Amino acid sequence: MAVETPMVTKFLRERPDDSWQYETARAYNNAYTRIEKAFAMGSEAIVQEVQKSGLRGKGGAGFGAGQKWSFLPKDVFPRYLCVNGDEGEPATFKDHMIVERDPHQLVEGVIITAFAIQANHAFIYLRGEFGLGAERLQAAIDDAYAHGFLGTNIGGSGFDLELILHRGAGCYIAGDETGLLSSLEGERAMPRIKPPFPAAQGLYAAPTVVNNVETISTIPHIIQHGGEWYAAMGVNKSTGTRVFSVSGHVERPGNYEVELGITFRDLIEGLAGGVRGGKEMKFFIPGGASSPWLLPEHLDSPLDMDYAGAELRTMLGSGAITVFDETTDPLLVSWRLAKFYAHESCGKCTPCREGSSWIEKVLYRMLNGQGRPEDLDLLLSFGNNIVPGLNAPFAQTTICALGPSVMSHVVSLDRWFRDEIVERLERDAARRTSLQIVSVS
Amino acid sequence: MAFSTAERRRAEQIAGRYPQSRSATLPLLHMVQDRDGWVTPQGIEDVAEFLGLTPALVLGTCSFYTMFKTAPVGRLVVSVCTNIACLVNGGPELYEHLRREYAASDDVFVEEVECLAACDLAPVLQVNYEFHGPLTGETAVALVERYRAGELKARTISGATRGADD
Repeated sequence: MAVETPMVTKFLRERPDDSWQYETARAYNNAYTRIEKAFAMGSEAIVQEVQKSGLRGKGGAGFGAGQKWSFLPKDVFPRYLCVNGDEGEPATFKDHMIVERDPHQLVEGVIITAFAIQANHAFIYLRGEFGLGAERLQAAIDDAYAHGFLGTNIGGSGFDLELILHRGAGCYIAGDETGLLSSLEGERAMPRIKPPFPAAQGLYAAPTVVNNVETISTIPHIIQHGGEWYAAMGVNKSTGTRVFSVSGHVERPGNYEVELGITFRDLIEGLAGGVRGGKEMKFFIPGGASSPWLLPEHLDSPLDMDYAGAELRTMLGSGAITVFDETTDPLLVSWRLAKFYAHESCGKCTPCREGSSWIEKVLYRMLNGQGRPEDLDLLLSFGNNIVPGLNAPFAQTTICALGPSVMSHVVSLDRWFRDEIVERLERDAARRTSLQIVSVS
Repeated sequence: MAFSTAERRRAEQIAGRYPQSRSATLPLLHMVQDRDGWVTPQGIEDVAEFLGLTPALVLGTCSFYTMFKTAPVGRLVVSVCTNIACLVNGGPELYEHLRREYAASDDVFVEEVECLAACDLAPVLQVNYEFHGPLTGETAVALVERYRAGELKARTISGATRGADD
């Protein structure tokens, strides 16, 4: 029987009515007690401890957090810390919950991380639509200032930190780390070409670390219990826990924090109650809308970031699992995702700007009985201009990962439902031909 | 027109927190949108003048983001999600129901939006960036009517708490 291993989500589950309040967090959740220990350890020791923990980014790419911090060029200041709370990946809703219900844990993580990377300015870029989240996070930041955990000479350590809550204004691509930086600088949230990576030239062209909300919220726990404690959880190089957002046709949609290494089945059937209404599962999306789909036959695979990439040719991405039952039309889901990417493509790179909207148009006609038998191959040929070779791990002709994401669902249609779709397209074409004959005669 | 004294003080407070003032573009656009009900040409000019940018640069940034409305939208913005988790839980039907219900309304603006990051509440919508779900067409209309009647206190058109900052 699958069980949750709550760490980041432990307190917000224990105190559902007041977990976001300063007094409660201080009294019952050790809030801000790890700062002193972190300051005593010193910056380098914190970076080493986080590297030892094997903590990987929980926003999508899964890059080593400590490793990312270690890339900052020596002796170049100022440096900036940006926390990515733009959570826009369809079907992901974990950061939303963390920000609304445990903002103090996040603020404490920011203080420790900023100290570790020697940044005196930190920003939390929060998705603009999170009205209540912004309200509670701002209150938490105000409390932290009032009690001397932010501002100048924190706890007599000589360390200064300004923390600014920056609200976005509705755009998916601000969730890309360089798109976020463009947006934070007051521009359109267009991603920038890498290199230079943000660690070398990020915000205002200064060395910058960008980490996800959940990643930063994990830091106080690693400081409290040690890197080895964290690394002992999980599987292979996917250490620790992750919060998975399970949605779609399941009995109990919600966020579940589990130790990495349990199976999709444990999570979907054990914790989320399986497909609702006694129906069969048709397919599921394992890691947010940008990840290629999987079938029920993959349910016994482990939640292991590298296994998902190498063996399943998909990814755990943002940790969002969406389940679809046997009545679902895969073309409908695919078209809706195409519409999403066509809307959210920032327009900077031609293959993505043009490709995403053409893919949406062709899927629309396929969905509505106007498809041609060769349409699936036509889609793949568009896709080949965005993702040469069409094979995970995706190569790309675009600056950011939105380009390849446009193709994930199309590749999945081809991989799992090709026969079903081609047969349908041929049937539609034949029906149209017979209609034409009738109308002409 | 430019900023009033109080607005200027508020804008200075916001911009002063950033190492470079242009970073205040988004917060200031939220501010003028809350003042005028939408981002008016005057609002764009005010922000541009304050930050020392051209109005074209500010409008260029503004038009990229869906929360900034460059035409009047009324008092309540109802954002209905139809992305994948809501798609299979009645989101499109909910959107269609509300769109018809308020097609002629001056104070309720119904829009279809991308995933709102609350899929456990599917089908989900926001009224001025306050989350509500799961809803049916009927319960959603009843909800919007409570906002209209003032029984539920709405956030600003940019989702801020009334009277609070940015």
